[in-house]
Amino acid sequence: MTCTQPLSQHIKADGSVTNLEEYQAGYGYQGLSKALSMDPNELVDYVKQANLRGRGGAGFNTGLKWSFVPPLEKLPGPRYVICNADEMEPGTFKDRWLMEHDPHQLIEGLAIAAYAIQAETAFIFLRADYDLCAQRLQQAIDDAVAAGLLGSSLNARGYNLEVLLHTSAGRYICGEETALINSLEGKRANPRFKPPFPQVSGLFGRPTVVNNVETLCNLPHILHHGIDWYANLGLGEDNGTKLYGVSGKVNNPGCWELPIGTPVKEILALAGGMQSGVGLRGFLPGGGSTDFLTAEHVDLAMDYGTIQAAGSRMGTGTMIILDDQTCPVGMVLNLIRFFAQESCGWCTPCRNGLPFIRQVLTDIEAGNGQVADLEQLLELCGYIGIGNTYCALAPGAAEPLQSALKYFRDDFSAHIEQGCCPYDKPTRHMQEAN
Amino acid sequence: MEHLIATSASTNQPDRWRSKIEPLNAVEEQQIADQVSHYPQPQAATIEALKIVQQQQGWVSDGKLKAIAERLNMSPDQVDSVATFYNKIYRRPVGNTVITLCDSISCWIMGYEGLREAICRELQISLGQTTSDQQITLLPTPCLGACNRAPAVMVGEELHGPVSAEQLIRLAQQAKEAQS
Repeated sequence: MTCTQPLSQHIKADGSVTNLEEYQAGYGYQGLSKALSMDPNELVDYVKQANLRGRGGAGFNTGLKWSFVPPLEKLPGPRYVICNADEMEPGTFKDRWLMEHDPHQLIEGLAIAAYAIQAETAFIFLRADYDLCAQRLQQAIDDAVAAGLLGSSLNARGYNLEVLLHTSAGRYICGEETALINSLEGKRANPRFKPPFPQVSGLFGRPTVVNNVETLCNLPHILHHGIDWYANLGLGEDNGTKLYGVSGKVNNPGCWELPIGTPVKEILALAGGMQSGVGLRGFLPGGGSTDFLTAEHVDLAMDYGTIQAAGSRMGTGTMIILDDQTCPVGMVLNLIRFFAQESCGWCTPCRNGLPFIRQVLTDIEAGNGQVADLEQLLELCGYIGIGNTYCALAPGAAEPLQSALKYFRDDFSAHIEQGCCPYDKPTRHMQEAN
Repeated sequence: MEHLIATSASTNQPDRWRSKIEPLNAVEEQQIADQVSHYPQPQAATIEALKIVQQQQGWVSDGKLKAIAERLNMSPDQVDSVATFYNKIYRRPVGNTVITLCDSISCWIMGYEGLREAICRELQISLGQTTSDQQITLLPTPCLGACNRAPAVMVGEELHGPVSAEQLIRLAQQAKEAQS
């Protein structure tokens, strides 16, 4: 039987965790064994060819990212791999799903990545609120160490690996890889200027690779089944599967592993369609910092290229649905409040721009806006855009705003003309009904 | 709202670091030493140290913060700049149970505002406050990563969702009863 849902094959409906014995009853840790039998450079090339693209949102080729780490012969000394498990992108809950149910899959993937760049210390940087994940991951690390799957002399080359779990104290910016590195060094999580890139100078000034949970979880399967199998899993030009999620007023919100490139409407169908009495207005395809798409875009394939060509980003692949009873201005205001609060305050466009935008939007939502505000908001989106900031937080915050101004401009105008939020009553009514 | 969460208890007092050092207890010492051993420099264990003290004391007082600074070879201001940066480090006392309401997008769509109104009315406090019997502190939290279970809340370390206003009030009552 061909394996079409590799990442979720061990996930049980009752929410219980897959233990080491169950994980190894399949081909658990055999991907790591295969990796450990390879030369590290060969492994990096292998993963590069598999074209596994970063599942945290940026979509960068994982093997290529690793290949920027200087070889151990040229730069001896410690190097690190960090699993970015600081899942805090609004609307995103896929990594929690993977870690809670199948922690060994992540640990195996992390060990493969660590071996590829010859890191002997690997960290899992876990977000603060994922207490159940923390518990299950630590148990899995302990079990893997006890079984000799992690630790010292793992292969003929005498490779050693220690895996450490770091639980964060909560801040969205920690998901940005250089901010995450600062946080792991015990500092405020301000992003760093790049270059130098972390692969050259990262954690404690040493070569460092940061990979997302879902990205790492792909590795054991690529190693076990091979590149051709992996390439055939995807529907379009991308390879493998993707965890897609849907939240909002749908009948069956959730997370599913599907071939990468599955059309939006098929994912919505798995979510059971819209709740009765509400219609689909639009959606954020991959978390809070992606541009809105509308009901017209449901035929599109959810892959990096297609969603980008439509003017948004696949991001984390977890969609947030805007229904026709929910105020788009209120939705954008909620997102901007989040981004303004979670800005680290390091650079001016983000620190000053986001609270300013929040104020303008608060005024509009309260019915105190002016027509000129809309042009000003667009102008502000430019000021906080790419190239003006240290990291992608503010440019990401601009995405839902600029696209809402494009697709839902009439709603903004209605707030200004009517001097109130036209959705106020139905929204309250809906909440009471819930 | 953010200013309600992680503000120093005594921001306006220039002499705040004159407060007496509260030495780390044996458990704190041992757990912090264990974390320090993971890193090439002791400072890297700052966040872990703050969390360890908070686990023991419920919050991080100025006196304990000074003790952490001393242990990690840092100034109290350095440690405080880290402590106040992160949402989940409490620099003021909190109630026996902390209830956090997710206020981000999916939970907002699914009725966060109604939940907030109901629980604030029930507990007679606003977000960022603690009930007068010191039982419950109510805080907002950015996206809990439980969007498929929106609206979601955490009661202590336990995630609940989707919750109705009635269910949330019941959870708060249960938390109070469990303590009394």
